[in-house]
Amino acid sequence: MNWRTWGITKSPWLYHVNTGSCNNCDIEIVDCLAPKFDVERFGIKLVGSPRHADVLTVTGPVTRKSKPRFERILEASSKPFIVAAVGTCACSKGIFHDAYNCIGPVRKIVNETSDDLMVINIPGCPPRPEAIIEGLETGLAQLKEVNRPRTKVRGL
Amino acid sequence: MAGRLVFNFVVFPGLLFTLTMGILASWVVRKVSALVQWRVGPPLLQPVYDVVKLFGKENIIPKESMEWSYILVPLMGPAGLLLASIILIKANYPGVSFIGDIIVVLYLLVLPAFSLILGGMSSGNVLSTIGSTRELRLMLSYEMPLLLAVTTAIVKTNGVFKLTEFTLRPLVTSISGVFVFLVALLCIQAELKFIPFDTPEAETEIMGGPLIEYSGPLLALFKISHLMALLVLPLFLVTVFLGGFSTGWGALWGALKYVLVLVAIILIKNTNPRLRSDQALHFFWYGVAPIALFSLILAILGNYLGLAWL
Repeated sequence: MNWRTWGITKSPWLYHVNTGSCNNCDIEIVDCLAPKFDVERFGIKLVGSPRHADVLTVTGPVTRKSKPRFERILEASSKPFIVAAVGTCACSKGIFHDAYNCIGPVRKIVNETSDDLMVINIPGCPPRPEAIIEGLETGLAQLKEVNRPRTKVRGL
Repeated sequence: MAGRLVFNFVVFPGLLFTLTMGILASWVVRKVSALVQWRVGPPLLQPVYDVVKLFGKENIIPKESMEWSYILVPLMGPAGLLLASIILIKANYPGVSFIGDIIVVLYLLVLPAFSLILGGMSSGNVLSTIGSTRELRLMLSYEMPLLLAVTTAIVKTNGVFKLTEFTLRPLVTSISGVFVFLVALLCIQAELKFIPFDTPEAETEIMGGPLIEYSGPLLALFKISHLMALLVLPLFLVTVFLGGFSTGWGALWGALKYVLVLVAIILIKNTNPRLRSDQALHFFWYGVAPIALFSLILAILGNYLGLAWL
């Protein structure tokens, strides 16, 4: 584990992406940031811009309309970062398995965009806040060494 | 001589000391906020983790940005605050100062806000531009009461523009001094962009405002600037209004005053909702500035009549 990986495991900042979920998992993510669970103990913080994010928490089976937006967010985020698919829909499309308008799951879309991104699956409908925190912590503990990212001049 | 100069800039009143104290102050802010909300709060080194992580991340320069100002502007904040910190601490501890240093410090304290405004303007993002204009409006509102407060302090020292002069007799031992201290406390709250005056960085409306496009090391520079501001701005209050600090037991007493100012700021932060831009302007111009003007008149009257307590 080099110092870049260590930094990310010590202060993961979340950015919340909704790719067509029913809002249940979104509410559960917001619950997870409430004072009761106190995620600031782990340095977790919600940020408003993908440029600041270390973890993209993605909810929902990726719909046809949201796919280009999701890809733009993946492009705009500053590396190294990881993707956390929160909820059954994001992990495996869930009840939308055979739906014509859902082209997920998240892991598939992420792998199409780039192959070195780590995806954590946190199943549940919705997953409990404890499960989200545990998933993030175990996922971050397995983060591989990251190389020196290059300055992206004139990014998206 | 040169070695001493380098030591002053890099180690004792300079970069290393200011950063360490700023990190401690930032931890105190987050821990006390956590305790107010009945939580445990972050570990002691959390601000260090944040900055170290940001230095290890990718640095993105957006397509629509003005490249050079986008890269160079984040350095302005830490540079200005470093100089202000050296001047303030030197005026307190060895008691070194020059005529007009209070004006220099006031100008240096404007630099972090300017770096935010210019950074937001050069990122080429709509939300960051909105954040910059809000920041400009906030500056317009808090600068006037702050300057009136400092003018009162200067009147109380019979017109000597020196920081060492302010530390001789604490300003809050007079009636006008108490009013002016409270005014300056609110102005410092706005200068730190803490709730209730955090419209420029309102995370729920404009996603971090001027910082929205910044990532990696450049964002870390802004964070460092905020860490240093957490030391420098309360220290400015302590020096000008509360009599500063000296060596020995005086250092402990000075540290206590600093912590009291910091905790007052944190408690205001945690017990108030956010004000709109126009509400903040109204508050500062029609609520706070008249109080400062009143105490300025009181101070002039006190000088005229020879009453030190007025």
